[in-house]
Amino acid sequence: MKKQLLLMVFGCIVGLSVVHAQENAGLKLPAGFKAHLFAENIGQARHIAITQSGVIFAKLNYPNKDGKSIIRLEDKDKDGVADNITGWANYGGTGIYVRGDNLYASSDDAVYQYKLDAKDEVLNASAPNTIIKGLLSRRQHASKSITLDPKGNIYVNIGAYSNACQEKDRTPGSKGMMPCPILDSAGGVWKFDGLKTNQTYVDGKRYATGLRNVIGLDWNTTSNSLFVTQHGRDQLNSFFPALYTNEQNAELPGETMYEVKEGDDCGWPYIYYDPMQKKKIISPEYGGDGKKEGGNNVLDPIVAFPAHMAPMSLLFYKGDQFPAKYKDGAFIAFHGSWNRAPLPQEGYFVAFIPFKGGKPSGDWEIFANGFSGLPADTKVVNPRNAKARPCGLAESADGALYVSDDSKGAIFKITFNK
Amino acid sequence: MRKKLFMCLLLLVGVYFAQAQNGIIGEKVYKTKCLVCHQADGGGVPNLNAPLDGATNVVGSDIARLVKIIRYGYNERVALDGYYYSNAMPANPALTSTEIAAVLSYIRNSWSNKAPSVTLAQVQKLLKKK
Ligand code: HEC
Repeated sequence: MKKQLLLMVFGCIVGLSVVHAQENAGLKLPAGFKAHLFAENIGQARHIAITQSGVIFAKLNYPNKDGKSIIRLEDKDKDGVADNITGWANYGGTGIYVRGDNLYASSDDAVYQYKLDAKDEVLNASAPNTIIKGLLSRRQHASKSITLDPKGNIYVNIGAYSNACQEKDRTPGSKGMMPCPILDSAGGVWKFDGLKTNQTYVDGKRYATGLRNVIGLDWNTTSNSLFVTQHGRDQLNSFFPALYTNEQNAELPGETMYEVKEGDDCGWPYIYYDPMQKKKIISPEYGGDGKKEGGNNVLDPIVAFPAHMAPMSLLFYKGDQFPAKYKDGAFIAFHGSWNRAPLPQEGYFVAFIPFKGGKPSGDWEIFANGFSGLPADTKVVNPRNAKARPCGLAESADGALYVSDDSKGAIFKITFNK
Repeated sequence: MRKKLFMCLLLLVGVYFAQAQNGIIGEKVYKTKCLVCHQADGGGVPNLNAPLDGATNVVGSDIARLVKIIRYGYNERVALDGYYYSNAMPANPALTSTEIAAVLSYIRNSWSNKAPSVTLAQVQKLLKKK
């Protein structure tokens, strides 16, 4: 009898702790929000896109063990968890975007377009239209992110295959090249026609330049303009120990968000943004000393985040499910840093910035935290310790927010209950 | 006989100190030139910087390849234990042969790695051959 009681108590404790561990899928959210796992272990899920009916497409960084790299996830019984998971395509990549019955996906050197039927099933899995081809892909910052404007133009990030445009990349003492020859074909966002096939560089237009690597970008329908988030340069301390301490490197430069119009220049590689001095500072590879200002003709960031956190997705929230404060605001998925070492890493979270009239109307804040899976207040010492690394964002027609993870491939669904 | 024993002891102490010295140099080189990418725990950064902890090549017997990587950098995009890494590892023209031997010995014997140290003579011979 006693034994039974003991067992029951024990069972309760175990049961409770399991339930507790899974509450909100381990995420920390503002009051009233809930989270759960929509899918798990689907592969390195980079960006995600969602159709009107709620079918999710995830682009994998590498094909999974079945050789598929575009994963289709459907929740047929509407219990909030994907129960019908299929896939196709054999190329790795990052970008995915859906508009109506057109599904766009990118490899590291091309953008393809698929057709969806009335049930959001792909019609031409093995024969997509090639929309853009021959984009530069030189390993570093090779991933191509994509978004569309309301007119159907497609914007593609072509990241710079370099840290700071040195003659010898990431080599101490190597000078910055003047002018930086990378910028004619990379280090910016290019604009193409979303429907024409077989476009190459000559058919596109360099829309904005001086951007080292943009992974998150989204069209803001209020301001009717493109917003991008840049991954700032690394390793100020390792190359210029006389100018920057480890502590300074961990905070420099800011990860920046810009509103870009056609022809804009954001300044890479000649300057970086110092969020403490709130100034554009000349890069040390180009004669800077950590104080000299530069870049009079280049854009100021519209928001600056702490250094090295790696913004992976930008999404303007259009729905009504979340409280009014979130409407039209920006969600940003941060991958989490590596270049703060030897200091602890930061930024394995989704941030939020309120917007009014197409401009930020308040400070940024952490919206969803705890993706690293480490106990509260434990710092991530190495990126590989993080259980999940936020990467893609998508909003369903009913205003739920989905977050993908590109370490093991979880998809979190975040909802709000009034 | 006594004298021989003494010499032997002296030699042992010498070797011990040389190794300890090697360890200190190796750790110092790692912290200043490698840690930024390969991280404090040798785990690297997924998709970006290759892990050294638990890496087959790092504890393997192809010392010539390892010496070449440290001296001349590495940017090959080949699969390492099944994964690809996109960052570019810079050359280290300023490192001496002693430092290369020390840092290789260090990464071969840190974290969970256990492999024979790399000697100065090995590095010198390999770099001369090139
Ligand atoms: C800028 C970042 C960076 C720095 C600094 C760096 N590495 Fe690397 N290292 C890499 C990358 C990236 C690779 C994989 C390259 C590839 O796949 O082409 C690599 C590969 C290696 C490998 C081969 C691993 C294998 O499995 O074959 C070794 C060994 C290595 N690095 C040691 C070092 C040592 C020792 C130092 C310091 C002297 C160092 N690295 C500094 C980025 C870096």
